[in-house]
Amino acid sequence: MTDQPRCITTPLDEELVRNLRAGQAIVLSGTLLTGRDAAHRRMVDLLNAGKPLPFSIADEVIYYVGPTPAPPGRVIGAAGPTTAYRMDAFAPLLIEHGLRGMIGKGQRSETVKQAMAKWGAVYFSAVGGIGALISRCIKEASVIAWEDLGTEAVRRLVVEDLPLVVATDCHGGDLYVTGPAQYKR
Amino acid sequence: MPIKPVKAFRTTSAPQKSGRNPEMKTIQVEHVTSAVRRLCIDACTILGDDVVKALEQARANEESPVGREILGRIIENATVAKADKIPLCQDTGMAVVFLEIGQDVCFEGGSLIEAVHEGVRRGYEDGYLRKSVLHPITRVNTGDNTPAVIHTEIVSGNGLKITVAPKGFGSENMSRATMFPPSAGIEAVKEFVVQRVRESGGNPCPPIVVGVGIGGTFEKAALIAKKALLRPLGTVNPDPMLADLERELLERINNLGLGPMGLGGRSTALAVHVNTYHTHIASIPCAVNIQCHSCRHAEVEL
Repeated sequence: MTDQPRCITTPLDEELVRNLRAGQAIVLSGTLLTGRDAAHRRMVDLLNAGKPLPFSIADEVIYYVGPTPAPPGRVIGAAGPTTAYRMDAFAPLLIEHGLRGMIGKGQRSETVKQAMAKWGAVYFSAVGGIGALISRCIKEASVIAWEDLGTEAVRRLVVEDLPLVVATDCHGGDLYVTGPAQYKR
Repeated sequence: MPIKPVKAFRTTSAPQKSGRNPEMKTIQVEHVTSAVRRLCIDACTILGDDVVKALEQARANEESPVGREILGRIIENATVAKADKIPLCQDTGMAVVFLEIGQDVCFEGGSLIEAVHEGVRRGYEDGYLRKSVLHPITRVNTGDNTPAVIHTEIVSGNGLKITVAPKGFGSENMSRATMFPPSAGIEAVKEFVVQRVRESGGNPCPPIVVGVGIGGTFEKAALIAKKALLRPLGTVNPDPMLADLERELLERINNLGLGPMGLGGRSTALAVHVNTYHTHIASIPCAVNIQCHSCRHAEVEL
């Protein structure tokens, strides 16, 4: 994060993702999908039933977020990351279906890491609890599926200069392991 | 042998003029509603000065450059949230409401508890806060962030203190309670607390505040652990034994190296607050309630 951050734009491709390394600071721009617990359950249920999703996830990045309602004059409210391990049960299948990136906070399971390595995907960490600051990076937001889920509906966001760090790369690198190891006493 | 009927206690719905306590105060429940509404909004958008100060101190002491940058963003977020009138965090929590009710207070105009729920309902709607509360099994959202979790305590006097502590569940999910046998001793309690933080990693949004409840019963330990989170940061426990315990636990936790957001560093916890209650000869109940860095609560006295 202290090195000059690398600017990347979505959608991502496999080559770019395979070049990312845990610990790299990233500034992300472009479109993102949002989804958390309830939307992941629906996506996986559809895929397991052999049905298509109402939106494409190929080469997309899913941001694990459930924003607060947009006050008048704003596109969205507070919109920081939610804890990612709750999506661990669902993520491998989405990665297999072409999902290229995930944004959340907290460490991922070995199963998710293996799927990331196999299919080429990356997990970015955003700073948790800074929803007001991140809200300023979000320029557009619209619900594209499952409006009934409220805050958990799937949205398409357009972001500019969203500050992230590569937490887990597709080569087994994990900042949640190497970071604390450096400061443990 | 016939059972004697129990003499019914006479209760008077209105105090008789002759027996009325002159210190008695009447509070209209609508004032409780408007106070709770305001407290929900304020707690979610304005970070306490004690927390900002603790975060600044953590940044000054942080050895990790990544950690310092994260702490800087967290401090900046508090400024932005206040300026933009946007919640500090999108998880505006489940509303935990503490009522300290003076025994000489009389409420008028309806149900006190319903007045609190109504305040939460209005606060979450008017403040553009997230409605995160749903049925635990059907997962159907109530749509207005009610019910709140309400803890009442009867105290002396004729005041009413209301504390609203919106609790985010990234950190709540990392909390645990257990019952140790007396043979395990205080060392087991210490290890339980440190281990809980270690296993939580970056999930609860460190730097965290660790609320520890030791003693009482199963539910009492959890409640006093939660109450420990309300103590202002930077204050020293008045009990010297507990103050030492807090210092030791804080040092051990910060030596884990988890750091801000669990990405490595010295600031894993801003504080450890311990509350105790006497317990049974057979047990050491112990609860750890973890609070993220967005340590939100707001209070008012009516």
